Amino acid sequence: MEFLSDIASLINSTLRISTPLVFAAMAGIFAERSGVIDFSLEGKMLMAAFVAAVGSYYLGNPWLGLLLAIIVCVCLSMLHGFASVTHKGDQVVSCVAINILIIGLTTALAAAWFGQAGLTPTLNEDQRFLEIHLPFADALRDIPIIGTLYSDILSGHYVFVYLAYLSVPIVFWIVFKTSFGLRLRAVGENPSAVDTAGINVYAMRYKALAVNGVLIAFAGAHLSTAVNANFFREMSAGRGYLALAAMIFGKWHPKTALIACLLFGFTDALQIRLQGVELPAIGEIPVQLIQALPYILTVVLLAGFVGKAIAPNAIGQPYIKER
Amino acid sequence: MSNIVVDKSKVPWWVSNVIVPLVNLTLALLVSGLFVFIAGENPIEAVKLIIYGSFGYIQGFAYTLYYTTNFIFTGLAFAVAFHCRLFNIGGEGQAYIGGLGVFLVAINLSFLPVPIVWLLAIFGAFLFGAAWAYIPAYLQSKRGSHVVITTIMFNFIASSLMIFLLVDVIRDTNQMAPHTVKLPEEIWLPSFEAFSGILGIKIRYSPLNLTFLLAIASLFFVWFLVWKTKWGYEMRAVGHNTQAAIYAGISPHKNIIIAMCISGGLAGLLGVNEILGVSHKIQAGFPAGYGFTGIAVALMGRNHPIGILPAAFLFGILYQGGSEVTFEMPNITRYMFVAVQGLIILFSGALENLFRPQIESFFVRRLNREVNA
Repeated sequence: MEFLSDIASLINSTLRISTPLVFAAMAGIFAERSGVIDFSLEGKMLMAAFVAAVGSYYLGNPWLGLLLAIIVCVCLSMLHGFASVTHKGDQVVSCVAINILIIGLTTALAAAWFGQAGLTPTLNEDQRFLEIHLPFADALRDIPIIGTLYSDILSGHYVFVYLAYLSVPIVFWIVFKTSFGLRLRAVGENPSAVDTAGINVYAMRYKALAVNGVLIAFAGAHLSTAVNANFFREMSAGRGYLALAAMIFGKWHPKTALIACLLFGFTDALQIRLQGVELPAIGEIPVQLIQALPYILTVVLLAGFVGKAIAPNAIGQPYIKER
Repeated sequence: MSNIVVDKSKVPWWVSNVIVPLVNLTLALLVSGLFVFIAGENPIEAVKLIIYGSFGYIQGFAYTLYYTTNFIFTGLAFAVAFHCRLFNIGGEGQAYIGGLGVFLVAINLSFLPVPIVWLLAIFGAFLFGAAWAYIPAYLQSKRGSHVVITTIMFNFIASSLMIFLLVDVIRDTNQMAPHTVKLPEEIWLPSFEAFSGILGIKIRYSPLNLTFLLAIASLFFVWFLVWKTKWGYEMRAVGHNTQAAIYAGISPHKNIIIAMCISGGLAGLLGVNEILGVSHKIQAGFPAGYGFTGIAVALMGRNHPIGILPAAFLFGILYQGGSEVTFEMPNITRYMFVAVQGLIILFSGALENLFRPQIESFFVRRLNREVNA
C-alpha cells in the first residue's frame, strides 16, 4: 500500500512539474510552426513569473496578475517579431537578447522596488492560486485504485495544471484541424507559396507569436503565483530550454511534445525523491549529479533522436518578399 | 520604411562599421537610462558615476582593464564560433571547466620552472575549455542537436559538476566553503601593482595582471586564424554556405568541431585570468556571467578582433563603473547591467538593421552630391 501511495505521489508531482513545460512547449509549437525560432521561451516565462507576482501583489487578485503577465509576454513576442520578422534580424540573437535582458531586468527591478535580493514579497492566500479539490475527493479516497487515481492524482492541483493538459488537444485541433492552423504550418514550410496564395506571411507570423505570448504567460504565472508564493531570481531555471527540447523531441507535434514534457517532469520528480537515498550497489548518488539529471536527459534526448526529426522547412529564415 | 534600397558597394566602410554600430549602441544606452529611471534613480548621475568609477583614479582604471581582459576572451570565443554560424552560448560553462584545467595543471606541476608552469596552465585552460565545447560540437554536427540548447545544458551541467568537485573532491579540507586551496605564491602571474612597483609608483591593489597581454595576443591570434589561414577560410565558408562548402570539398563536420573547440578554448582562458592571476584558487561560480557578456561584446564588435577590443573595453567600463553605481545608488544592483547587456545585444545584434538602410542611404546621397558638385 505504501508503494502504491509512493507511485501516486510521484505521478502527482510529475503532473505538477510538467505543467510549465507543457505550456512552454505548446507556445514553442506556435512560433516554430510559423517559421520563427523561439529560444526566448525561457526569458518570457521568467518575465511572466515576475509580472504575475508583482501584479497580483499590488492588485490583490492572481487573475489580474495573470492578465498583466499575458499582456507583457505578448509584447515581448511582438518585440521578437519586430526584430526577426519585420527587420529580418537574426532570430537566435533576438532570443538571446530577450533572455539576458529579462534575467537582468526582473532581478534589478525586484531589488529596486522591494529592496530584497531579487525577491518579490510573499503573496497571501487571496493573491495566489490555491489547489483545487475536485468534488467528493475526500469521500472517494478509500476506494482502492479509483480512489487513489481520483483523489490523490487527479484532485488537488492548481488550475494551471488542468489548463495545461486541456491546452494540448486544443493546440492540436487549432494547428491540424483549422484553416488558421493550415496557414500557420504552410507559412513555416513554404512562405513564398503562401504569399502567392494571397496570405500575408508577416501577419501570420505575428499572430503565431501573439498566441505564443499568451501561452507562455501561463507557465510563468504557474511558477510564481501557484507553486511558489513569490518571484525569485532566475526561477525559470532553464525550463524554457527544456520545453524547447521537448518540443523538438516531440517533432513539433503537441501530443509527442506532451509525452516528452511528462518525461522531463518525471525525471525532475524522481530527482527530488532520489536525493539522499541510498541505492543498492551504488550507494548514495551525489546530489549535484541528481540535480543535473534533467539537463543531461535533454542532451541525451536531443542527441539520440532528433537526427531524424525534421524541423519546419523555413525555420530561422526571415521572409523577404521579392521586389 | 524597409523599402529603401542601398547599393552596398557605394557605402563607405566607416558608415556600416562605425556609424551604424554607434547609433545602435546609443539607442541601447538610451533605453538603459529609461530602466534606471524606472528603478528610481537619475540616469545622468549614473553616467557620471560610471565615468568616474572607470577612469577617475588609477585603481578604478586598472579594474576596468581587468574586466576588459575577461571580455576579450569570452567575446573572441563567441565570435570564432559565430563565423562558422554556430551560437556558442556555453562560454560560461567552458570558462568554468577551463578554470579547472588551469588549477589542475598549476597545482600538480608547480615544481617546474615558473614560465613553463604558466605556459602549461594556459594550455590546460584552453584544452579543458575546448573539451567541454567538443561534445556539443560533435552532437551538432553528427546528430543535429541544436548547439544553443546543448551548450546551455552544458552550462548547467558544468555548474553541477564543479560544485560536486568543489564540495566533495578538491575542496580545501581545512575549511567549509566550496573553494580549493591557494596555489603556491611563486607561480602567481605578476600583477599590475608589481609592475608599477618596479617603476617606482605605488598603487593600491587591483586584479589587473599579466593575462591582459595574453588577451591582446589572443586578438591577434584570432585575426590571423580566421582571416589569414586556410582553415579560417574553410570555416567561414561552412558558416556562409554549407552546401557550397561541401561542393568545394570542405568538411562541415571537421570545421564545426574545430570552430567550437577553439571557441571553447578561448572561453577557457578566462580561467587563467581568474585563477592564475587573481584569486589563485577555484571558487564556486567564478565565471560570474562573463561568458554571457561575451555574446554582447562579440555582437557589438561585429565579430572582428578590431571591434571586440573597444567593445570589451566598453563593457569593462560598464562593469567597473557599474560597481561604483551600485555602491552609491541603493536602487541599482549589478543585475541592471545584465539588462543593459541584453539591450546592447538586442540593438547591435537582432535590431542592427533598424536604421541601417536610412543611415546608409543618407551617407550615400551626401557623398554622391559631393562627387557631382
